[in-house]
Amino acid sequence: MLALVDCNSCYASCEQIFRPDLRGRPVVVLSNNDGFVVARSNEAKALGIGDLQPFFKIEHLLRRHNVAIFSSNYPLYGDISHRVMETLKGFSPEVEVYSIDEMFLNLYGLQEEWLDYGQRIRTTLWRDVRMPVSVGIAPSKTLAKLANRAAKKIAKCNGVCALDTPQKWQWLQKRMAVDKVWGVGRRLAKRLGRLGIETAYDLAQANPKILRRHTNINIERTIEELNGVSCLNLEEQPPAKKQIYCTRSFGEKLSELQPILQAVSLYASRAAEKLRGQECLVASIHVFLHTSPHEPHYYSRSTLVQCPYATNDTRLIASLAKGAITELYRPGHRFMKAGVGLVELVPSSLGQGDMFTAGQPARAAEMMQALDRVNQRFGRGTLFLGAEGVHKHWKMRQAYRSPAYTTRWEALPLVHV
Amino acid sequence: MKLATLYSHGVAAGFPSPADDHKEKSLSLDQHLITHPAATFMARANGDSMQGLGIFDRDLLVVDRSLTPVHGDVVVVALDGQLTCKVLDRHHGRLLSANDRYPPIPVWEGQELIVEGVVKASIRYHRPL
Repeated sequence: MLALVDCNSCYASCEQIFRPDLRGRPVVVLSNNDGFVVARSNEAKALGIGDLQPFFKIEHLLRRHNVAIFSSNYPLYGDISHRVMETLKGFSPEVEVYSIDEMFLNLYGLQEEWLDYGQRIRTTLWRDVRMPVSVGIAPSKTLAKLANRAAKKIAKCNGVCALDTPQKWQWLQKRMAVDKVWGVGRRLAKRLGRLGIETAYDLAQANPKILRRHTNINIERTIEELNGVSCLNLEEQPPAKKQIYCTRSFGEKLSELQPILQAVSLYASRAAEKLRGQECLVASIHVFLHTSPHEPHYYSRSTLVQCPYATNDTRLIASLAKGAITELYRPGHRFMKAGVGLVELVPSSLGQGDMFTAGQPARAAEMMQALDRVNQRFGRGTLFLGAEGVHKHWKMRQAYRSPAYTTRWEALPLVHV
Repeated sequence: MKLATLYSHGVAAGFPSPADDHKEKSLSLDQHLITHPAATFMARANGDSMQGLGIFDRDLLVVDRSLTPVHGDVVVVALDGQLTCKVLDRHHGRLLSANDRYPPIPVWEGQELIVEGVVKASIRYHRPL
């Protein structure tokens, strides 16, 4: 059996941990740059606040209902997610982090009353971390996803749903639209609809051989999984990313080239850091720059730059990105967003040059190692490229950010004594 | 957090040190004070109601959520939506301060007292940070 543990309204719940006054109250969390609503507590959902609504459009509604508003606080969310994970390890030796707020547990070999076990997970996470979660337990990942959905939506479940018999999962599948099945997107659901497959149950009963001609190979595995046969393994290490993007809106619209160059240098540094973290080199870089689509003269350009050799050197990557952005830049626009994507990655071990092809100098690799160590030890941004600029005026807007309660000494929660 | 390393002897150059076999791990305050890292948070004390127990303004509190609070524990509770540090008086169903100027706070029958964690230790700085 597998369990999928999913944090309820994760970011909003994180904001309530050290603010007991906010528990049971409407809370929303905004995206990077305070653009959209990305998390809502149940109370906020009950007010009719939708997912991904632009902040400026619903700000009046939030104020009227006295909703607590937060900018995203990733240091806090990351730390809490880690705590959830560590606590879950007490319930299974094998935990796969599927996303910041979802974890799969392998319960293989355990003989438990599954509903009790799920409740124990729930009460422990609430007691130790103050994180409310839903637990879905089933013999396959796809069914565990389904079970988790039921645990969330059906009040009688009380946060835990175990689909341990075909009767149980078929009951649920008959009541669930096919597009809610893990791995079935809206487009695929449309195509399935044309074949008369409307519910998860229809899909579970469909003939995989016939469907395969109409769709893709993955659907076969999904059908197996829906019938309780586990085809997707628990991957303890998620596969390395194929591409690394660092792209962000500026805090304010920028017309001058200089601050854009600084922002792009920082994005390039971040991307290069991640690149080294997964022990890869990059061979080509995607750079783009655009204005808001609502501007009268929408301007959007992108370019792909070839590196002289596969590299993980922040200095080289940043200077290539800056060169590209200078080409893309046109005066007279108010730019909103830029991005740096490392799109062609090769493992570091394959990137050594030989006598005839130039490779990255060994000293550059050493220097980057030193850079990463300093920043790991003394905090991100201790050493940075002068090109990023010292005063980062273009930085994100985060007007409502809560303290990093668990990761900064000066931000610890205050306890009244 | 590394405090000090316990080596019993200096090292004589050229010879293997007899102390090598007795090398011990460095002392770690984290290990000493934090038994359940995922369930432990740190907080800053703000006020003077717990002075009698040696908790002063700006002291650091090490709070473990996983411990079951028992009578007499120093606990952090959610009181009127605010994190507050008191002594748990289970026998009389109330919260006590450690300062005569603050009366006990009764917890009424049926009222739910939410303990946010047990204060395992408090840390006092004797030189301003």
